Amino acid sequence: MSAKIESFPGTPLSQADLDAGKVLTTYWKPKLEYGWDAGVAISRYLEELKNGRIIGIKCSRCRRVVVPPRVVCEWCWEPMNDWVYLQDTGTVNTYSICYIRWDASRAKEPQFPAVIWIDGASNAGFLHLLDEVDPDDVKIGMKVQAVWKPAEERAGSITDIEYFKPL
Amino acid sequence: MGMRKVAVVGAGMTKFMRRAQETGRELAYQATKMALDSCEMTLDDIDSVALGTAPDAFDGVHMKGEYLSDGAGAWNKPYMRCYVGGGTGVFAAIQGWYQVASGLFDTCLVVCEEKMSSCKPHPQGAFLTIFDHTTERALKPNLIWIFALEMNRYMTVHGLEKKDIARVAVKNKRNALDHPCAQVAADITVEDVLNSEVLAWPVQRLDVSPTSDGAASMVLAAEHVAKRITDKPVWIKGVGWSLDTAYWTNRDLYYPKYVESAARMAYDMAGIKEPRKEIHVVEPYDPFDYKELHHLEGLLLCEKGEAPRLTADGVTARDGDMPVCPSGGLLGVGNPIAASGIMKLNEIFWQLRGEAGKRQVPGQPRTGLAQSWGDLMQVGCVVVLGI
Repeated sequence: MSAKIESFPGTPLSQADLDAGKVLTTYWKPKLEYGWDAGVAISRYLEELKNGRIIGIKCSRCRRVVVPPRVVCEWCWEPMNDWVYLQDTGTVNTYSICYIRWDASRAKEPQFPAVIWIDGASNAGFLHLLDEVDPDDVKIGMKVQAVWKPAEERAGSITDIEYFKPL
Repeated sequence: MGMRKVAVVGAGMTKFMRRAQETGRELAYQATKMALDSCEMTLDDIDSVALGTAPDAFDGVHMKGEYLSDGAGAWNKPYMRCYVGGGTGVFAAIQGWYQVASGLFDTCLVVCEEKMSSCKPHPQGAFLTIFDHTTERALKPNLIWIFALEMNRYMTVHGLEKKDIARVAVKNKRNALDHPCAQVAADITVEDVLNSEVLAWPVQRLDVSPTSDGAASMVLAAEHVAKRITDKPVWIKGVGWSLDTAYWTNRDLYYPKYVESAARMAYDMAGIKEPRKEIHVVEPYDPFDYKELHHLEGLLLCEKGEAPRLTADGVTARDGDMPVCPSGGLLGVGNPIAASGIMKLNEIFWQLRGEAGKRQVPGQPRTGLAQSWGDLMQVGCVVVLGI
């Protein structure tokens, strides 16, 4: 059938069509505001970040220690309430060297987003940024440590850790 | 299980375009009309409609499913809309399948539409809410991060180089030169990919599929209806889908276990014991070049880490032993998110009927597979088609 179809429907617009004003477009710029409550497990997590500590939580059934903490183990469907302090060190599980911002515009200086598996957790960790690292030196498996904001500047946020640096 | 046999009897799609003159509703109409015309059916012959499209925030249209329903032919019919991120296309086909397999309806239209160009300045902004609002968004992430992080993990675990992966982009963009709907078909080289702009290492410009406007539709029918409509029904032999946890930083991203779960479910239903031998043509989800490789492994069509070698050896070329993305895939044809999954199913439909024209793979394939993937690197959807 597709072999017999000469032309498929759809009318592609070119930049020239747009520049020539051939397309009528209606614009809208919404201003949306949300306030997200942290919930039970993440509230404790954020409180501890404010104290300069990373806390995880352990499942009583599979004995897995996870971070970020949650109220139920998604594997066992068991409630989780055994809080465990973790190290503020970990291993780079994966990373990127990123030159692009959220709106697809370009940045001159790269960022280093990474998944860091935290020491004391069971192959678990969280998304954060690396810094004080050369693009040529960063690698998966690298040991890193959290660089905390000064205590008086911490607000109970994941950004209370400024970044992770190589150990 | 008391399920009825379900056939694909018709297929249609629009061109995939950076920006279409048509609205989403108009695109949905065009693809659906083509699908019905292809099997000489009218809307009166259709019992129900299953639609897939991105969340409302993409288009700035509230209840987009309802907005699109007229174009999708759903007026006054049982209608449902589904969404699982990039996985939506194949997922929508599964929704349509069980409406017919269950015996509830004899015919179902599956319609998928996306008009990504409406979101300014770039639809990437609409993806930001995918990240956890409290623990991740404060870090100002962008969507490419998750692909870059997954790709780097995959490459590092298997000791791969960028050139091993770039071959997929080269193959698919070349295959797309023969697809009349293709948006970004091109004759490029591995060097071109390696020299393209670095967006978020290891992701470079030519590793990535475009954003697109487009729609694709298919017509499903129960066995007794299908046999009246066509002498070449293509049967849905197996379906599978699976979702992993949204705690994506607690998983090892080098391997998509949830794709394996979905594939095993589909293979069991289809009675497939040795997928590598029994699947003749494959359309895995390829929004990024490494995803094709990642998914071939998850689909158990090769060993873990083996897909790059199959690509280098030409096994996955259109004239290879196991053609992969003969359509040109998302990398070549384009990626209007939900519609791209139906584009893949339509390609398998045309391939199995021997109607793929210049894209036809040799050897009269009898069984094919389409797969899609999405959400926070967590959903796999698989449909096995056969004649």
